[in-house]
Amino acid sequence: MAVVKLLGTWFSPYGHRVIWALKLKGILYEYIEEDVRNKSPSLLQYNPIHKQVPVLVHGGKPICESTVILQYIDEIWPQNPLLPADPYDRAVALFWIKFADDKGLLMSKLYRGNGEEQQAAVKEWLEMLEVMEEHALIGVKKFFGGDEINMVDIAFSFVAHWLGILEDVLGLEIFKPHKFPRVSSWIQNFKSSPIIKDNLPDADKMSTFLKRGREMMLTSKSN
Amino acid sequence: MAEEVVLLDFWPSLFGMRSRIALAEKGIKYEYKEEDLRNKSALLLQMNPVHKKIPVLIHNGKPVCESLIQVQYIDEVWHDKAPLLPSDPYQKATVRFWADYIDKKIYDLGSRVWKTKGEEQATAKKEFIESLKLIEKELGDKPYFGGESFGYVDVAFIPFYSWFYDYEKCGNFSIEAECPKLIAWAKRCMQKESVAKSLPDQQKVYDFILQMKKHFGIE
Repeated sequence: MAVVKLLGTWFSPYGHRVIWALKLKGILYEYIEEDVRNKSPSLLQYNPIHKQVPVLVHGGKPICESTVILQYIDEIWPQNPLLPADPYDRAVALFWIKFADDKGLLMSKLYRGNGEEQQAAVKEWLEMLEVMEEHALIGVKKFFGGDEINMVDIAFSFVAHWLGILEDVLGLEIFKPHKFPRVSSWIQNFKSSPIIKDNLPDADKMSTFLKRGREMMLTSKSN
Repeated sequence: MAEEVVLLDFWPSLFGMRSRIALAEKGIKYEYKEEDLRNKSALLLQMNPVHKKIPVLIHNGKPVCESLIQVQYIDEVWHDKAPLLPSDPYQKATVRFWADYIDKKIYDLGSRVWKTKGEEQATAKKEFIESLKLIEKELGDKPYFGGESFGYVDVAFIPFYSWFYDYEKCGNFSIEAECPKLIAWAKRCMQKESVAKSLPDQQKVYDFILQMKKHFGIE
Protein backbone atom coordinates (compact mmCIF):
# COMPACT_ATOMS: atom_id res chain seq x y z
CA MET A 1 0.00 0.00 0.00
CA ALA A 2 1.23 3.48 -0.85
CA VAL A 3 2.60 5.51 2.04
CA VAL A 4 0.24 7.99 3.66
CA LYS A 5 1.58 11.16 5.26
CA LEU A 6 -0.28 13.96 6.97
CA LEU A 7 1.18 17.44 7.44
CA GLY A 8 -0.67 19.25 10.21
CA THR A 9 -0.50 21.25 13.40
CA TRP A 10 -1.37 19.99 16.88
CA PHE A 11 -3.96 22.71 17.51
CA SER A 12 -5.85 22.93 14.22
CA PRO A 13 -9.36 21.48 13.94
CA TYR A 14 -8.80 20.99 10.19
CA GLY A 15 -5.84 18.68 10.67
CA HIS A 16 -7.78 16.75 13.29
CA ARG A 17 -10.58 16.16 10.81
CA VAL A 18 -8.14 14.21 8.68
CA ILE A 19 -6.67 12.32 11.66
CA TRP A 20 -10.15 11.16 12.70
CA ALA A 21 -11.08 10.11 9.17
CA LEU A 22 -7.88 8.07 8.78
CA LYS A 23 -8.32 6.43 12.20
CA LEU A 24 -12.01 5.69 11.61
CA LYS A 25 -10.96 3.80 8.50
CA GLY A 26 -7.98 2.12 10.16
CA ILE A 27 -5.42 3.70 7.85
CA LEU A 28 -1.82 3.90 9.04
CA TYR A 29 -0.12 7.18 8.35
CA GLU A 30 2.96 9.20 9.22
CA TYR A 31 2.17 12.47 10.96
CA ILE A 32 4.43 15.46 10.38
CA GLU A 33 4.03 18.47 12.66
CA GLU A 34 4.39 21.77 10.83
CA ASP A 35 5.47 25.07 12.33
CA VAL A 36 3.25 27.58 10.54
CA ARG A 37 5.60 30.45 11.38
CA ASN A 38 8.43 28.53 9.72
CA LYS A 39 6.91 26.47 6.96
CA SER A 40 8.85 23.47 5.75
CA PRO A 41 10.06 23.16 2.14
CA SER A 42 7.81 20.07 1.90
CA LEU A 43 4.71 22.04 2.80
CA LEU A 44 5.55 24.78 0.32
CA GLN A 45 6.14 22.17 -2.34
CA TYR A 46 2.97 20.19 -1.61
CA ASN A 47 0.68 23.20 -1.21
CA PRO A 48 2.23 26.04 -3.19
CA ILE A 49 -1.09 27.84 -3.68
CA HIS A 50 -2.37 28.13 -0.12
CA LYS A 51 0.79 27.12 1.81
CA GLN A 52 -1.48 25.74 4.53
CA VAL A 53 -2.03 22.59 6.52
CA PRO A 54 -3.48 20.04 6.50
CA VAL A 55 -2.00 18.33 3.48
CA LEU A 56 -2.46 14.62 2.88
CA VAL A 57 0.26 13.00 0.81
CA HIS A 58 -0.68 9.63 -0.66
CA GLY A 59 1.96 7.77 -2.62
CA GLY A 60 3.83 11.05 -3.01
CA LYS A 61 0.79 12.96 -4.38
CA PRO A 62 -0.57 15.85 -2.31
CA ILE A 63 -4.22 16.59 -1.57
CA CYS A 64 -5.08 19.97 -0.01
CA GLU A 65 -8.12 21.50 1.73
CA SER A 66 -9.56 19.37 4.54
CA THR A 67 -12.99 18.75 2.98
CA VAL A 68 -11.39 17.74 -0.32
CA ILE A 69 -9.05 15.44 1.66
CA LEU A 70 -11.94 13.85 3.56
CA GLN A 71 -13.85 13.08 0.37
CA TYR A 72 -10.68 11.61 -1.16
CA ILE A 73 -10.11 9.39 1.89
CA ASP A 74 -13.74 8.26 1.77
CA GLU A 75 -13.45 7.30 -1.90
CA ILE A 76 -10.08 5.52 -1.69
CA TRP A 77 -10.94 3.60 1.49
CA PRO A 78 -14.67 2.83 1.38
CA GLN A 79 -14.84 0.97 4.74
CA ASN A 80 -16.75 2.87 7.44
CA PRO A 81 -18.22 5.32 4.95
CA LEU A 82 -18.22 8.98 5.96
CA LEU A 83 -20.95 10.08 3.57
CA PRO A 84 -24.39 8.62 2.77
CA ALA A 85 -24.65 6.38 -0.29
CA ASP A 86 -27.85 7.97 -1.57
CA PRO A 87 -27.11 10.99 -3.82
CA TYR A 88 -29.79 13.17 -2.22
CA ASP A 89 -28.74 12.37 1.35
CA ARG A 90 -25.16 12.99 0.28
CA ALA A 91 -26.12 16.41 -1.14
CA VAL A 92 -27.72 17.30 2.20
CA ALA A 93 -24.63 16.13 4.10
CA LEU A 94 -22.37 18.17 1.81
CA PHE A 95 -24.59 21.22 2.39
CA TRP A 96 -24.01 20.98 6.14
CA ILE A 97 -20.32 20.34 5.67
CA LYS A 98 -20.05 23.50 3.57
CA PHE A 99 -22.04 25.41 6.20
CA ALA A 100 -19.66 24.20 8.91
CA ASP A 101 -16.65 25.06 6.72
CA ASP A 102 -17.90 28.60 6.11
CA LYS A 103 -18.71 29.11 9.80
CA GLY A 104 -15.29 27.76 10.83
CA LEU A 105 -13.97 31.21 9.92
CA LEU A 106 -15.83 32.48 12.98
CA MET A 107 -13.13 30.96 15.17
CA SER A 108 -10.58 33.36 13.77
CA LYS A 109 -13.00 36.31 13.81
CA LEU A 110 -13.68 35.73 17.49
CA TYR A 111 -10.03 35.14 18.40
CA ARG A 112 -8.71 38.17 16.56
CA GLY A 113 -11.58 40.52 17.34
CA ASN A 114 -11.76 43.16 20.01
CA GLY A 115 -14.54 45.45 21.22
CA GLU A 116 -17.16 45.91 18.51
CA GLU A 117 -15.60 43.35 16.19
CA GLN A 118 -15.73 40.76 18.93
CA GLN A 119 -19.36 41.57 19.73
CA ALA A 120 -20.23 41.13 16.06
CA ALA A 121 -18.39 37.78 16.04
CA VAL A 122 -20.30 36.62 19.15
CA LYS A 123 -23.58 37.50 17.45
CA GLU A 124 -22.57 35.45 14.39
CA TRP A 125 -21.65 32.50 16.59
CA LEU A 126 -25.07 32.58 18.25
CA GLU A 127 -26.78 32.72 14.86
CA MET A 128 -24.75 29.73 13.74
CA LEU A 129 -25.63 27.76 16.87
CA GLU A 130 -29.30 28.56 16.30
CA VAL A 131 -29.12 27.15 12.78
CA MET A 132 -27.50 23.99 14.15
CA GLU A 133 -30.20 23.72 16.80
CA GLU A 134 -33.23 24.56 14.65
CA HIS A 135 -32.20 23.08 11.31
CA ALA A 136 -29.12 20.88 11.15
CA LEU A 137 -29.87 18.71 14.17
CA ILE A 138 -33.58 18.16 13.50
CA GLY A 139 -34.09 14.42 13.24
CA VAL A 140 -30.56 13.68 14.41
CA LYS A 141 -30.52 11.23 17.31
CA LYS A 142 -26.93 10.50 18.23
CA PHE A 143 -24.67 11.64 15.39
CA PHE A 144 -25.29 13.30 12.03
CA GLY A 145 -24.09 9.97 10.66
CA GLY A 146 -26.73 8.00 12.60
CA ASP A 147 -25.17 5.50 15.00
CA GLU A 148 -21.68 6.29 13.78
CA ILE A 149 -19.77 9.50 13.23
CA ASN A 150 -19.67 10.76 9.67
CA MET A 151 -18.16 13.70 7.77
CA VAL A 152 -20.84 16.14 8.99
CA ASP A 153 -20.03 15.36 12.63
CA ILE A 154 -16.36 15.79 11.83
CA ALA A 155 -17.02 19.12 10.09
CA PHE A 156 -18.83 20.53 13.14
CA SER A 157 -16.08 19.44 15.53
CA PHE A 158 -14.92 23.01 16.02
CA VAL A 159 -18.17 23.64 17.90
CA ALA A 160 -17.61 20.60 20.12
CA HIS A 161 -14.08 21.36 21.29
CA TRP A 162 -12.55 24.56 19.93
CA LEU A 163 -15.42 26.86 20.89
CA GLY A 164 -15.03 25.97 24.58
CA ILE A 165 -11.32 26.69 24.43
CA LEU A 166 -11.91 30.08 22.79
CA GLU A 167 -14.49 30.94 25.45
CA ASP A 168 -11.89 30.18 28.11
CA VAL A 169 -9.17 32.18 26.36
CA LEU A 170 -11.42 35.21 25.84
CA GLY A 171 -13.36 34.99 29.11
CA LEU A 172 -16.66 34.79 27.27
CA GLU A 173 -19.68 32.57 27.63
CA ILE A 174 -21.24 32.08 24.22
CA PHE A 175 -22.59 28.54 24.34
CA LYS A 176 -25.28 28.07 27.00
CA PRO A 177 -26.28 24.36 27.00
CA HIS A 178 -29.84 24.99 28.13
CA LYS A 179 -30.39 27.34 25.17
CA PHE A 180 -29.10 24.75 22.69
CA PRO A 181 -30.17 21.33 24.03
CA ARG A 182 -29.74 19.46 20.74
CA VAL A 183 -26.28 20.94 20.13
CA SER A 184 -25.37 20.16 23.73
CA SER A 185 -26.45 16.55 23.40
CA TRP A 186 -24.59 16.17 20.10
CA ILE A 187 -21.40 17.64 21.63
CA GLN A 188 -21.52 15.14 24.48
CA ASN A 189 -22.02 12.22 22.07
CA PHE A 190 -19.30 13.45 19.73
CA LYS A 191 -16.69 14.01 22.43
CA SER A 192 -17.35 10.62 24.06
CA SER A 193 -16.85 8.75 20.81
CA PRO A 194 -13.61 6.72 21.22
CA ILE A 195 -11.70 7.93 18.15
CA ILE A 196 -12.52 11.56 18.96
CA LYS A 197 -11.96 11.35 22.70
CA ASP A 198 -8.48 9.90 22.25
CA ASN A 199 -7.48 12.36 19.55
CA LEU A 200 -8.21 15.87 20.73
CA PRO A 201 -5.61 18.55 21.45
CA ASP A 202 -5.23 19.16 25.17
CA ALA A 203 -7.57 22.01 26.18
CA ASP A 204 -5.22 23.51 28.78
CA LYS A 205 -2.24 23.42 26.45
CA MET A 206 -4.34 25.09 23.74
CA SER A 207 -5.67 27.71 26.13
CA THR A 208 -2.18 28.71 27.24
CA PHE A 209 -0.93 28.76 23.67
CA LEU A 210 -3.85 30.86 22.41
CA LYS A 211 -3.78 33.27 25.36
CA ARG A 212 -0.15 34.02 24.65
CA GLY A 213 -0.86 34.41 20.94
CA ARG A 214 -3.70 36.81 21.59
CA GLU A 215 -1.61 38.92 23.95
CA MET A 216 1.10 39.24 21.32
CA MET A 217 -1.48 40.07 18.66
CA LEU A 218 -3.20 42.78 20.69
CA THR A 219 0.12 44.30 21.75
CA SER A 220 1.35 44.53 18.19
CA LYS A 221 -2.02 46.02 17.12
CA SER A 222 -1.75 48.84 19.63
CA ASN A 223 1.90 49.58 18.78
CA MET B 1 -41.85 8.14 -12.31
CA ALA B 2 -41.76 11.42 -14.17
CA GLU B 3 -38.90 13.56 -12.97
CA GLU B 4 -39.81 17.02 -11.80
CA VAL B 5 -36.92 19.46 -11.79
CA VAL B 6 -37.22 23.13 -10.84
CA LEU B 7 -34.42 25.68 -10.63
CA LEU B 8 -34.94 28.80 -8.51
CA ASP B 9 -32.48 31.28 -9.93
CA PHE B 10 -31.60 34.89 -10.74
CA TRP B 11 -30.37 35.62 -14.25
CA PRO B 12 -26.96 37.30 -13.49
CA SER B 13 -26.01 34.78 -10.78
CA LEU B 14 -22.67 33.09 -11.47
CA PHE B 15 -23.81 30.26 -9.25
CA GLY B 16 -27.16 29.78 -10.96
CA MET B 17 -25.40 29.62 -14.32
CA ARG B 18 -23.43 26.58 -13.15
CA SER B 19 -26.59 24.60 -12.53
CA ARG B 20 -28.17 25.78 -15.78
CA ILE B 21 -25.12 24.51 -17.67
CA ALA B 22 -25.05 21.16 -15.84
CA LEU B 23 -28.77 20.57 -16.50
CA ALA B 24 -28.32 21.50 -20.17
CA GLU B 25 -25.27 19.25 -20.53
CA LYS B 26 -27.38 16.35 -19.33
CA GLY B 27 -30.37 17.32 -21.46
CA ILE B 28 -32.66 17.57 -18.44
CA LYS B 29 -36.02 19.29 -18.87
CA TYR B 30 -36.68 21.64 -16.00
CA GLU B 31 -38.74 24.62 -14.96
CA TYR B 32 -36.72 27.80 -14.56
CA LYS B 33 -38.16 30.20 -11.98
CA GLU B 34 -36.74 33.71 -11.84
CA GLU B 35 -36.56 35.07 -8.30
CA ASP B 36 -36.86 38.72 -7.34
CA LEU B 37 -34.21 38.89 -4.63
CA ARG B 38 -35.79 41.98 -3.08
CA ASN B 39 -39.04 40.05 -2.77
CA LYS B 40 -38.16 36.40 -2.28
CA SER B 41 -40.86 33.85 -3.01
CA ALA B 42 -42.42 31.69 -0.30
CA LEU B 43 -41.05 28.71 -2.21
CA LEU B 44 -37.47 29.96 -1.99
CA LEU B 45 -37.77 30.68 1.74
CA GLN B 46 -39.22 27.23 2.26
CA MET B 47 -36.64 25.41 0.13
CA ASN B 48 -33.58 27.26 1.46
CA PRO B 49 -34.54 28.42 4.95
CA VAL B 50 -30.94 28.56 6.16
CA HIS B 51 -29.47 30.91 3.54
CA LYS B 52 -32.56 32.11 1.62
CA LYS B 53 -30.36 32.23 -1.49
CA ILE B 54 -30.49 31.08 -5.07
CA PRO B 55 -29.84 28.86 -6.87
CA VAL B 56 -31.99 26.10 -5.42
CA LEU B 57 -32.45 22.91 -7.39
CA ILE B 58 -35.70 21.15 -6.53
CA HIS B 59 -35.82 17.53 -7.63
CA ASN B 60 -39.17 15.82 -7.14
CA GLY B 61 -39.99 18.32 -4.41
CA LYS B 62 -36.68 17.99 -2.53
CA PRO B 63 -34.26 20.93 -2.45
CA VAL B 64 -30.53 20.82 -3.14
CA CYS B 65 -28.72 24.02 -2.21
CA GLU B 66 -25.24 25.35 -3.10
CA SER B 67 -24.28 25.42 -6.79
CA LEU B 68 -21.28 23.06 -6.67
CA ILE B 69 -23.28 20.54 -4.65
CA GLN B 70 -26.05 20.84 -7.26
CA VAL B 71 -23.59 20.18 -10.10
CA GLN B 72 -22.21 17.08 -8.34
CA TYR B 73 -25.76 15.90 -7.57
CA ILE B 74 -26.86 16.37 -11.19
CA ASP B 75 -23.74 14.51 -12.33
CA GLU B 76 -24.49 11.57 -10.01
CA VAL B 77 -28.21 11.25 -10.64
CA TRP B 78 -27.98 11.65 -14.44
CA HIS B 79 -24.77 9.73 -14.74
CA ASP B 80 -25.44 8.10 -18.10
CA LYS B 81 -24.73 11.24 -20.13
CA ALA B 82 -21.94 13.84 -20.33
CA PRO B 83 -19.97 13.00 -17.19
CA LEU B 84 -18.70 16.15 -15.49
CA LEU B 85 -16.54 14.80 -12.69
CA PRO B 86 -13.64 12.41 -13.33
CA SER B 87 -13.96 8.89 -11.96
CA ASP B 88 -10.43 8.70 -10.54
CA PRO B 89 -10.39 9.81 -6.86
CA TYR B 90 -7.15 11.79 -7.19
CA GLN B 91 -8.42 13.65 -10.25
CA LYS B 92 -11.69 14.26 -8.41
CA ALA B 93 -9.74 15.77 -5.52
CA THR B 94 -7.90 18.02 -7.99
CA VAL B 95 -11.10 19.35 -9.60
CA ARG B 96 -12.71 19.89 -6.18
CA PHE B 97 -9.62 21.82 -5.09
CA TRP B 98 -9.87 24.14 -8.10
CA ALA B 99 -13.62 24.67 -7.71
CA ASP B 100 -12.92 25.63 -4.10
CA TYR B 101 -10.17 28.02 -5.27
CA ILE B 102 -12.58 29.66 -7.72
CA ASP B 103 -15.14 30.23 -4.96
CA LYS B 104 -12.72 31.26 -2.23
CA LYS B 105 -10.32 33.45 -4.20
CA ILE B 106 -11.49 34.37 -7.67
CA TYR B 107 -15.09 35.15 -6.73
CA ASP B 108 -14.17 37.30 -3.72
CA LEU B 109 -11.45 39.19 -5.53
CA GLY B 110 -13.72 39.79 -8.54
CA SER B 111 -16.43 41.14 -6.26
CA ARG B 112 -13.97 43.55 -4.71
CA VAL B 113 -12.87 44.76 -8.16
CA TRP B 114 -16.36 46.04 -8.99
CA LYS B 115 -17.48 46.99 -5.49
CA THR B 116 -14.54 49.10 -4.36
CA LYS B 117 -12.48 52.02 -5.58
CA GLY B 118 -9.14 53.72 -5.03
CA GLU B 119 -6.41 51.81 -3.22
CA GLU B 120 -8.66 48.96 -2.18
CA GLN B 121 -9.67 48.39 -5.78
CA ALA B 122 -6.08 48.62 -7.00
CA THR B 123 -5.04 45.86 -4.58
CA ALA B 124 -8.07 43.74 -5.48
CA LYS B 125 -7.36 44.14 -9.18
CA LYS B 126 -3.73 43.08 -8.78
CA GLU B 127 -4.68 40.00 -6.75
CA PHE B 128 -7.56 39.19 -9.10
CA ILE B 129 -5.26 39.18 -12.12
CA GLU B 130 -2.79 36.99 -10.21
CA SER B 131 -5.54 34.52 -9.40
CA LEU B 132 -6.65 34.41 -13.05
CA LYS B 133 -3.06 33.78 -14.12
CA LEU B 134 -2.81 30.94 -11.63
CA ILE B 135 -5.89 29.22 -12.96
CA GLU B 136 -4.76 29.90 -16.52
CA LYS B 137 -1.57 28.02 -15.65
CA GLU B 138 -3.67 25.11 -14.42
CA LEU B 139 -5.50 25.07 -17.77
CA GLY B 140 -2.18 24.96 -19.60
CA ASP B 141 -2.57 23.87 -23.20
CA LYS B 142 -5.60 21.69 -22.60
CA PRO B 143 -8.77 22.58 -24.54
CA TYR B 144 -10.77 22.40 -21.31
CA PHE B 145 -9.94 22.16 -17.62
CA GLY B 146 -11.44 18.70 -17.91
CA GLY B 147 -8.87 17.79 -20.58
CA GLU B 148 -10.37 16.76 -23.91
CA SER B 149 -13.89 17.16 -22.59
CA PHE B 150 -15.81 19.86 -20.79
CA GLY B 151 -15.87 19.08 -17.07
CA TYR B 152 -16.54 20.20 -13.53
CA VAL B 153 -14.02 23.04 -13.32
CA ASP B 154 -15.15 24.32 -16.72
CA VAL B 155 -18.74 24.41 -15.41
CA ALA B 156 -17.61 26.09 -12.20
CA PHE B 157 -15.59 28.78 -13.93
CA ILE B 158 -17.19 29.60 -17.31
CA PRO B 159 -20.02 31.68 -15.75
CA PHE B 160 -17.37 34.22 -14.77
CA TYR B 161 -16.88 34.95 -18.47
CA SER B 162 -20.26 36.71 -18.53
CA TRP B 163 -18.87 39.02 -15.83
CA PHE B 164 -15.47 39.68 -17.46
CA TYR B 165 -16.66 42.83 -19.22
CA ASP B 166 -17.95 44.14 -15.88
CA TYR B 167 -14.63 43.44 -14.10
CA GLU B 168 -12.71 45.00 -16.99
CA LYS B 169 -14.78 48.17 -17.14
CA CYS B 170 -14.85 48.66 -13.37
CA GLY B 171 -11.18 47.85 -12.93
CA ASN B 172 -9.99 49.41 -16.16
CA PHE B 173 -7.95 46.52 -17.51
CA SER B 174 -8.12 43.85 -20.19
CA ILE B 175 -8.39 40.21 -19.17
CA GLU B 176 -7.43 39.11 -22.67
CA ALA B 177 -4.19 41.08 -22.45
CA GLU B 178 -3.35 39.45 -19.13
CA CYS B 179 -4.69 35.94 -19.77
CA PRO B 180 -5.10 35.22 -23.49
CA LYS B 181 -5.38 31.45 -22.97
CA LEU B 182 -8.31 31.95 -20.61
CA ILE B 183 -10.18 33.99 -23.20
CA ALA B 184 -9.47 31.35 -25.86
CA TRP B 185 -10.82 28.70 -23.46
CA ALA B 186 -13.92 30.80 -22.69
CA LYS B 187 -14.72 31.29 -26.38
CA ARG B 188 -14.31 27.56 -26.92
CA CYS B 189 -16.81 26.89 -24.11
CA MET B 190 -19.23 29.43 -25.55
CA GLN B 191 -19.40 27.29 -28.70
CA LYS B 192 -21.26 24.74 -26.62
CA GLU B 193 -25.01 25.20 -26.66
CA SER B 194 -25.30 24.34 -22.96
CA VAL B 195 -23.02 27.26 -22.13
CA ALA B 196 -24.23 29.77 -24.71
CA LYS B 197 -27.84 29.47 -23.62
CA SER B 198 -26.99 29.59 -19.90
CA LEU B 199 -24.89 32.76 -19.82
CA PRO B 200 -26.38 36.24 -20.07
CA ASP B 201 -24.94 38.85 -22.39
CA GLN B 202 -21.88 40.63 -20.92
CA GLN B 203 -23.28 44.11 -21.60
CA LYS B 204 -26.52 43.21 -19.86
CA VAL B 205 -24.55 42.07 -16.79
CA TYR B 206 -22.54 45.30 -16.80
CA ASP B 207 -25.68 47.45 -17.03
CA PHE B 208 -27.17 45.50 -14.15
CA ILE B 209 -24.02 46.04 -12.02
CA LEU B 210 -24.08 49.78 -12.77
CA GLN B 211 -27.64 49.86 -11.43
CA MET B 212 -26.58 47.89 -8.35
CA LYS B 213 -23.68 50.26 -7.73
CA LYS B 214 -25.99 53.27 -7.92
CA HIS B 215 -28.43 51.56 -5.60
CA PHE B 216 -25.72 50.83 -3.02
CA GLY B 217 -24.09 54.22 -3.44
CA ILE B 218 -20.84 52.83 -4.88
CA GLU B 219 -19.50 55.16 -7.54
